[in-house]
Amino acid sequence: MTKAPLELVCPAGTPAGLRAAVDAGAHAVYCGFGDETNARNFPGLNFDRSEMRDGIAYAHRRGAKVFVALNTFMRAGATETWTRAVDDAVGAGADALILADAALIAQARERHPRQRLHLSVQAAAATPEAIAFYRERFGIARVVLPRVLTVEEIARLTAAVAPCETEVFVFGGMCVMAEGRCLLSSYATGRSPNMNGVCSPPSHVAYHERDGAMLATLGGFTIERFARDEPAGYPTLCKGRFSAGGVESHLFEDPVSLNAVELLPRLAEIGVAGLKIEGRQRGRAYVASVVQTFHRAIDALARGGTVDSAAIRALTEGQRDTTGAYKKAWR
Amino acid sequence: MSGMQLTLGPVLFNWPTDRWVDFYARIADEADVDRVCVGEVVCWKRAPFRDDAVAGVIERLARAGKEPVVATLAMPTGAREMRAIAEIIAEGLLVEANDTATIHLLAGRPHVIGPFLNIYNEATVALHRALGATRICLPPELPLDAVRRLAAADAATEVLAFGRAPLAISARCYHARVHGLTKDSCQFVCERDADGLDVRTIDGRDFLAVNGVQTLGHAVTAAVHQVGALREAGVAALRLSPHSCDMVAVARIFRGLADDRIAPDEAEAQLAALPLPGPLSDGYLRGVAGARRLHEVD
Repeated sequence: MTKAPLELVCPAGTPAGLRAAVDAGAHAVYCGFGDETNARNFPGLNFDRSEMRDGIAYAHRRGAKVFVALNTFMRAGATETWTRAVDDAVGAGADALILADAALIAQARERHPRQRLHLSVQAAAATPEAIAFYRERFGIARVVLPRVLTVEEIARLTAAVAPCETEVFVFGGMCVMAEGRCLLSSYATGRSPNMNGVCSPPSHVAYHERDGAMLATLGGFTIERFARDEPAGYPTLCKGRFSAGGVESHLFEDPVSLNAVELLPRLAEIGVAGLKIEGRQRGRAYVASVVQTFHRAIDALARGGTVDSAAIRALTEGQRDTTGAYKKAWR
Repeated sequence: MSGMQLTLGPVLFNWPTDRWVDFYARIADEADVDRVCVGEVVCWKRAPFRDDAVAGVIERLARAGKEPVVATLAMPTGAREMRAIAEIIAEGLLVEANDTATIHLLAGRPHVIGPFLNIYNEATVALHRALGATRICLPPELPLDAVRRLAAADAATEVLAFGRAPLAISARCYHARVHGLTKDSCQFVCERDADGLDVRTIDGRDFLAVNGVQTLGHAVTAAVHQVGALREAGVAALRLSPHSCDMVAVARIFRGLADDRIAPDEAEAQLAALPLPGPLSDGYLRGVAGARRLHEVD
């Protein structure tokens, strides 16, 4: 069977970021509106309605698709904010909507019977049965898989749910907890991905100097300590340093980012439809260079060549990288 | 009488089988609760140890007039785990679903929903009700305002009123990681911590607790000051999540609150006198950080 070429799905935090990603060779970009309807609800990011229309038109002129992420959970008493966002994204010409809330998916399907719908990673569908729930009832066309699976589990799942497509994260920041099922941020700050579209929000971050070290706090809880001459990183809760059982460690996950480049040949063989790059909050130059490098890797694979892992590893900006759960290292 | 029910949630921790059986025996005989959840929610590796005991526990609870519910895994990932859930469903007892996959397998049969599904709004409540849910325990991070709206729209809601709030679940086992092990070779080290392993900040402040692949808050949710509001809102049941403290006493306190027989301050004092794994908190219901203690300002 001939497999469709891998689709490179790239982040676009801003209209300029969208153009940069498209120009760099993204097959598709994903982006969201500047409100609580999307899981990257950060100040200075995202699109207003007219920017969304223009961005989609720009991408379409260059043969790229746009997926609009409406991947938070509707707030009780305010569900029309989300349904209006669905209507506006469809009206703007979105190629797909990325959704997580079961009722929003149901309403999107009812209001727009022919619209292509993708299941967000925030819906945490990790089994054929969970995917079938959304596929059989609402006709989702693609599922973005949680980062909790091993590559062989992804292979079995992709085969089991076909013709529903699968998309997997291959690069960028990563959650160590099952996405969409993590309340750590709201426990410390009152604001969470599911309810507010934010995790470890900057509004609740502070840095203090104590005993010659820099402490980074989130909601008043110390998350990380940096030496005076060390660059102070961002205190994302699950990447913090904690003490348990008398041992101080990066208990949940080291401050690493995901890099699944070495798995690209296997992912291509498995038949996943989309390779997703995280990072709507990242700058244009970074996104452009990641997209170009991955685009070259996918082209090389399609020609039967090999992937230049070193070029991709260079993009991690000196940060350590990991293949996360993919290689069974967590088992 | 309010008619507000009490649900004893499943034991989330890896208690040795004898202790687990004794716990449910005492609950059956002495606890004033309406419904009791039995079953492994966190890690399927723990379940085989209790397989032989489950039927007896369920029978004893039923004989004592408590409605038994079989709780299922929060994050099933493999085919084996899904088969186990299908077998539980086939037994015909009331099932508590904690994952969308389980809802799919239930195929419209009446069931209840635990606190691990993302049900944040009235439309999602209605969707699950139409799929057969007869009771829905809301996610612990929902503030009272949202709970009020959902309970007004549908009377089938349940709210976590006592116990460490479940916050996250992962493919990685943190108990194993702390002990230098992996999930596959874990030696069941989670059995050592009956209420989870405390996680502190590097400057010594209590923060979280880990329970195998699950992370919970260190503080103990105690909705003592919200029970009146929850009752008025039409919330059907309060969920009490088991800990190593005297859960019969905890049930008595919350029954008193549900029936408006004891004052919240008195209930708070009685709870605080128990040997709890952390301080009492109600931040989530108050719409502030979940870790906030009773009366603590954000």
